[in-house]
Amino acid sequence: MELFKHTASQLHKKLAAKEISAVELAKAVLGRVDAVDKDVQAYITLTSENALTQAQAVDSKIQRGEKVSVLAGIPGALKDNICTKGIKTTCASKILATFVPPYDATVAEKLAAEDAVIVGKANMDEFAMGGSTENSGFFPTHNPWNLETVPGGSSGGSAAAVAAGEAIWALGSDTGGSIRQPAAYCGVVGLKPTYGRVSRYGLVAYASSLDQIGPITRDVTDSAHVMNIISGYDAKDSTSINTGVPDYTKSLVNNIKGLKIGLPREYFVAGMDAEVERAINKAIEQLVALGAEYKEISMPHTEYALSAYYMIAPAEASSNLARYDGVSFGHRVEGNDIIDMYKKTRSEAFGAEVKRRIMLGTYALSSGYYDAYYLKALKVRTLVKQDFDKAFEQVDVLITPTAPTTAFKLGEKTNDPLAMYLQDVCTIPVNLSGVPAISIPCGFAAGMPIGMQIIGKPLGEETIIRAAYTFEQNNDYHKGFATLGEV
Amino acid sequence: MDYEIVIGLEIHTELKTNSKIFCGCSTKFGSEQNTNVCPVCLGLPGVLPVINEKVVEFAVKAGLALNCEILPFSKFDRKNYYYPDLPKNFQTSQYDLPIAVNGHLDIEVNGETKRINITRIHMEEDAGKLVHSGATISSSDSALVDYNRTGVPLLEIVSEPDIRSAEEAKAYLEKVKAILEYLDVSDCKMEEGSLRCDANISLRPHGQAALGTKAEIKNLNSFRSAQRGIEYEVIRQEDILDDGGRVIQETRTWDENKGVTASMRSKEQAHDYRYLPEPDLVPIVVDPARVAEIRANLPELPDARRQRLMNDYGLSAYDAGIITSTKAVADYFDQSVENNGDAKAVANWLMGEVSKHLNSEGITILDCPVSPKQLTELLALIEKGTISNKIAKTVFEEMWISRKDAEVIVKEKGLVQISDSSEIVAIVESVIAANPQSVADFKAGKDKAIGFLVGQIMKQTKGRANPDMVNTLLRERL
Repeated sequence: MELFKHTASQLHKKLAAKEISAVELAKAVLGRVDAVDKDVQAYITLTSENALTQAQAVDSKIQRGEKVSVLAGIPGALKDNICTKGIKTTCASKILATFVPPYDATVAEKLAAEDAVIVGKANMDEFAMGGSTENSGFFPTHNPWNLETVPGGSSGGSAAAVAAGEAIWALGSDTGGSIRQPAAYCGVVGLKPTYGRVSRYGLVAYASSLDQIGPITRDVTDSAHVMNIISGYDAKDSTSINTGVPDYTKSLVNNIKGLKIGLPREYFVAGMDAEVERAINKAIEQLVALGAEYKEISMPHTEYALSAYYMIAPAEASSNLARYDGVSFGHRVEGNDIIDMYKKTRSEAFGAEVKRRIMLGTYALSSGYYDAYYLKALKVRTLVKQDFDKAFEQVDVLITPTAPTTAFKLGEKTNDPLAMYLQDVCTIPVNLSGVPAISIPCGFAAGMPIGMQIIGKPLGEETIIRAAYTFEQNNDYHKGFATLGEV
Repeated sequence: MDYEIVIGLEIHTELKTNSKIFCGCSTKFGSEQNTNVCPVCLGLPGVLPVINEKVVEFAVKAGLALNCEILPFSKFDRKNYYYPDLPKNFQTSQYDLPIAVNGHLDIEVNGETKRINITRIHMEEDAGKLVHSGATISSSDSALVDYNRTGVPLLEIVSEPDIRSAEEAKAYLEKVKAILEYLDVSDCKMEEGSLRCDANISLRPHGQAALGTKAEIKNLNSFRSAQRGIEYEVIRQEDILDDGGRVIQETRTWDENKGVTASMRSKEQAHDYRYLPEPDLVPIVVDPARVAEIRANLPELPDARRQRLMNDYGLSAYDAGIITSTKAVADYFDQSVENNGDAKAVANWLMGEVSKHLNSEGITILDCPVSPKQLTELLALIEKGTISNKIAKTVFEEMWISRKDAEVIVKEKGLVQISDSSEIVAIVESVIAANPQSVADFKAGKDKAIGFLVGQIMKQTKGRANPDMVNTLLRERL
């Protein structure tokens, strides 16, 4: 099997045993990028030279007999909204097309400290706004399972890169489902940690109270490894949680006896693909057979979550994105005066979806509308959170589909924002309440992967990792490799 | 018509923390442009603020000193508006839950005490500074931004509309400034922009309960401009009302050079700041025990110090008030008195010679070339009779220039007072002998003539003769 088809933990063993070198591995992945990225278009920026230098350094360490970490020498991708010192970070926006951060995001620093190799910066929906990566200001990314379909979004580049063998692992960010939904569409594993578990310092903000960085990997084991590295309190992020980080690999246990699973009936919405529903029901049966207990529960405020999200996230975004004004960094279009410069810069360099959300958010915060929209949305958020609190009094985890359907065709929903927003209906409540969730492959519909979402209690990453690992160990869904049209 | 003047003040003061409110950059004033900056205060993509705990501590101190209630749970909010000196295009400030509320301050105007209520005190970040290419904004075709000041911590102190005259406004401002200085939380240097003031002004007929339409006056950047600006605005509104017109609710700016206020924007053009809770900062939870600790450790404040000076040293309320209105002057006083200086003499000299010299050079007491110890030594020489009060002024002049000690100057210049009676008698006799006409005049009842004779004696001794002895000895000989 080609090197690029392995998982990080498998490759780590090969590196440690000196069966392969890190440079050899980096070249294999870079070669794969060379071969397929013209079709997939997962990357905005490739850092091939850096990658080879990093790999060389890891080889030297191994040669010297030093013990290296699990991700050392393993090529991965960073979503292009994670700041990397000296490397362009664009958020897939024309407004930041040439922006080179003078500093590293905390997660980038942590990965560098572990000698992880970075292949490049992955494509995404502009400023993480979208669910198909078609909102990239540069080009859309294609789903490796069927190049005519979307990879999901907004972390579509990260998920597609991992699915296509263009990266062994990747980091994405998740504000309303942006790690889990593309992971589901691309048949890989995506974990959105508890809000505050991973530092946001250096993650270009979309909606600060919802954004969270997390791993996208081939299997649950790699997800646990990446979580071990990126999690933890950061003095630079006031919203990061100041409690110790467990060793998540200790939760890689193939045993869910006695685990209480809740199935919230409100998540099985109208418009849900029958194949998706069947796959989830089948998965539940299997988990019960493996020793889990299962009950249907009700989370009555679920139907309002999407609307609340589309008030809160745009409101925060309208403020977060105000700094892109052409004054001291990023794209500038000269104008007759400062206001004219602002208008021209922002009109020219922001895409339609970004503009739509800035307008929505500005409106929601405006005098006279604040109480009716923004404040009401915050109240709904509290109710949604209470639904989760109550649910977790009865069960250990919740299981839902990650998305109502499998990946759709490119262009299919670009003219229908509401239809696009509905793809996030199962993932958004999780962000509103701040709890962790993982999406794992649980079947196929017409050859396209289906994702199952396992939601945990606050800081309940260990439980969802154990449940996901158990399911994975008893199935083969994650072992299939995207065909990319190859026979 | 005679109107009641209603004024509320918003005072912005920069806190003298070493680092900025949300990052580790220095707050030093006057650094080279754009050197005290980092990704956080430049608002680069991806950065997050972290609250400087010192800022909260200073805010609590100010809140307690201004008799406020400290809210145990307060939070930051974003105030959204576009301006090129604001890199994020929002200012992180406090909106509905400020750190301190419901305070008050007693001021004294024309010997009467009056209470000004304080609505709230909140923390926020300062903006950067625009450097225009031309002399004025309208004559400039470009502007550069200096971000050194971006993120310097500010306190905004908002009063209730309890102020009734420009004089009261000035007294209130001075008192707030004194308190902030005493707390050592701000330098309060108006010329460096570390204390700024906006005034909300309206008029109403006496006896009317409802407030008149207000105008907000910005850019009052000194005590003088605060007073002048308010006085101007009151007359402007009076004229409008007397003519049967209506005051428009608007924001006006004070033009120091022209001495007028001019319209900046009307109510319709007023910003909608679209406040939202700052999602990147957690709420500020102040432990009541910590508040109690800060309260217990508050320094002596102006009112208490004034009372102490009156009680301990018998200074008049007026003198004690002047000395304690500036912390540095009060410190100078205390240090002088600690050096065994006579309190009343120190007070007189501080308000006399010292203040005269400071004013003529336009410096503050912190830069006074004569130290408290040196002043005390000078006063001791007067007390001992080594020099006269008059000579002391000459010595002080010399101390100011050369920074030498009084004793050294007195010795070098031979200014020691002549108190040896035989030496004085000899001079008295020679002056009597040389001025028979004056002696005759005196004896003929012209009392004034003695003044001339004393003057002659002083002239001969270059003012060093002990004046009391000269008088006594002269009268004896005549």
